[in-house]
Amino acid sequence: MAGGEPPIGTQAMLSLDGLRALIEALAERGYQVLGPTVRDGAIVYDEVAKLADLPSGWTDQQDAGRYRLERRTDNALFGYAVGPQSWRRFLHPPIERMWRAHRTEDGFAIDATAVEAEPSKFAFLGVRACEIHAIAIQDKVLVEGPYVDTGYQRRRRDNFLVAVNCGQAGGTCFCASMNTGPKVDAGFDLALTELLDESDHRFLIEVGSVAGAEVLSALRHHAASPEDIAAADAVVARTAGSMGRVLDTKGLKELLQSNPTHPRWDDVAARCLSCANCTMVCPTCFCTTVEDHSDLTGQTAERVRRWDSCFTADFSWIHGGSVRPETKSRYRQWITHKLASWIDQFGTSGCVGCGRCVTWCPVGIDITVEAAAIRATPATSTETDHGRT
Amino acid sequence: MTEADPFVPLPYRVGRVRRETRDITTLELAPVTGVRPDYRPGQFNMLYAFGIGEVAISVSGDPAVPGGYVHTVRDVGAVSGAIAKLKAGAMLGLRGPYGTPWPVEAAEGNDVVFVAGGLGLAPLRPAIYRVLARRERYGRVVLLYGTRSPPDILFRQELERWRRRLDVEVLVTVDRADAEWRGNVGVVPKLIARAGFDPNGAVAMVCGPEVMMRFTANALHASGLALDHIYLSMERNMKCAIGLCGHCQFGPDFVCKDGPVMRYDRIADILTVREI
Ligand code: SF4
Ligand code: SF4
Ligand code: FES
Repeated sequence: MAGGEPPIGTQAMLSLDGLRALIEALAERGYQVLGPTVRDGAIVYDEVAKLADLPSGWTDQQDAGRYRLERRTDNALFGYAVGPQSWRRFLHPPIERMWRAHRTEDGFAIDATAVEAEPSKFAFLGVRACEIHAIAIQDKVLVEGPYVDTGYQRRRRDNFLVAVNCGQAGGTCFCASMNTGPKVDAGFDLALTELLDESDHRFLIEVGSVAGAEVLSALRHHAASPEDIAAADAVVARTAGSMGRVLDTKGLKELLQSNPTHPRWDDVAARCLSCANCTMVCPTCFCTTVEDHSDLTGQTAERVRRWDSCFTADFSWIHGGSVRPETKSRYRQWITHKLASWIDQFGTSGCVGCGRCVTWCPVGIDITVEAAAIRATPATSTETDHGRT
Repeated sequence: MTEADPFVPLPYRVGRVRRETRDITTLELAPVTGVRPDYRPGQFNMLYAFGIGEVAISVSGDPAVPGGYVHTVRDVGAVSGAIAKLKAGAMLGLRGPYGTPWPVEAAEGNDVVFVAGGLGLAPLRPAIYRVLARRERYGRVVLLYGTRSPPDILFRQELERWRRRLDVEVLVTVDRADAEWRGNVGVVPKLIARAGFDPNGAVAMVCGPEVMMRFTANALHASGLALDHIYLSMERNMKCAIGLCGHCQFGPDFVCKDGPVMRYDRIADILTVREI
């Protein structure tokens, strides 16, 4: 390693000024710095130009169908759990033009190059452990399969991730059940643990990559003492011990896959609005649809890709009908995909336990409660409809 | 966007167009530049009509014939309707070929049973061509075909030609006969008992509406075929065809990449679940 940069795994101490310098250092390196900000009563990820853009002294109260920001008694900058958005909106945007085409004398031509070159050098500041896992899951789906989502790959390539170890679990969090947190273990460039008491506000910073080492070397920092490290470990241990929810994952895949006719699906369907909120807030959901348009003259056309949801009627449409007309089959598809078939498809659960789908469901349907209900009374044999017409 | 972007269709030009039935059209498509990639029987392409959209259509031509693709399209919506109406010389976009093939090589040495319902004969036709081209490698070859009514019979001349061959047994049935029809009436699984094949080792390739395939697979199994010798071509909504959009999920499988051709023993359970 050149220039005496700190090796990967180095733990050091950074002051509040050091954090300010970190934001500046990332901007100087050409990154668009995105991080938590307060907007419309929620923590949302947006541009962070300066330290004051971060949500100082805020926390959140989360429960099924409920989210509220509240003041803290201190000035913690990361004293809340995850908000409604995830980093997915930057890496896998809600709307994306795939290409344009125009008519020619003898047909048409597709201008793949007409796709705007977007500023794609993102630095994410404040990425939680569950979110790092969510990004890794989307990497698996979108770039590690037989075909690559080239747009996602491009946006992801030059990512710089500044992670934060959670100092407090949200009311709907269950990352400890999913083994995705609250401690960040890999997949970051730099990781922060916020330490604050009456006398001091500082961060333990850990180097996770060569790029992270280079950035840290440009910041004023000093070595972490064993006491500092113990204090940071205590923060994470406290968070791990105060999860808002629990999900028993033992045998969960087989449990869900062997219960497609469980009466609980009717029960949840009576409450579910099929509104798709849960899929819009989930950091791992990747489903999209495409729309083709042409202008009024019919001379140019374009293809636009949008986030889609398995809760819509169009999603499974073939030959004038939906494969899943009923809400119960849509909810079953969603939860079975997240917690079971995702494992068949990508070797990992599709749920990182961030709790967003629980918090943002307008009627408070809770993935942990629904899974537990199936577990409580599993059907022994599944009735089938062999030979049905 | 790189050159290898899997979302960008390539230009193809429509050659000969053939009106098969009231609502089914066969189009020959040739690449505007370069050569058509090799494909295997059972695979499909995403066909794009300018400004209207894209739709997944199985290849229906003979894979041994170089040059282009042959696709057989039923006019059932805005996109398939626009494609079915294209004239010779028109351009369309094409991505592919995608998906799993029929097990034509694996079936060598055994009897082969093709069972088609309606337009399902089109995705099977490349496999039929392939088997007939190497006829000596197979045991008995049976084609069972059912459709709504006599005017809906697809590839009629070809069916007649195959029926005249002594080494292929072709049985056709219709749901509703008309005044001239002297043939079978009823659903296609009923033909299974009448066809001459040895269920021991026979391989069945089935394509048609899902309900028809379910009944057919049950009847084939009841007649003695092993579950893992029965193959179905599944259909689901498809937007990307490359495993990225999520639409085509069928239990743990993506029909676009784990299908469309799927072995029955792997999907038999899930096929019985309503709205899966
Ligand atoms: S399913 Fe719910 S808890 Fe799990 S990752 Fe998605 S939004 Fe978070
Ligand atoms: S579970 Fe809740 S958020 Fe998801 S579709 Fe149903 S009502 Fe909407
Ligand atoms: S069609 Fe998009 S994942 Fe299969």
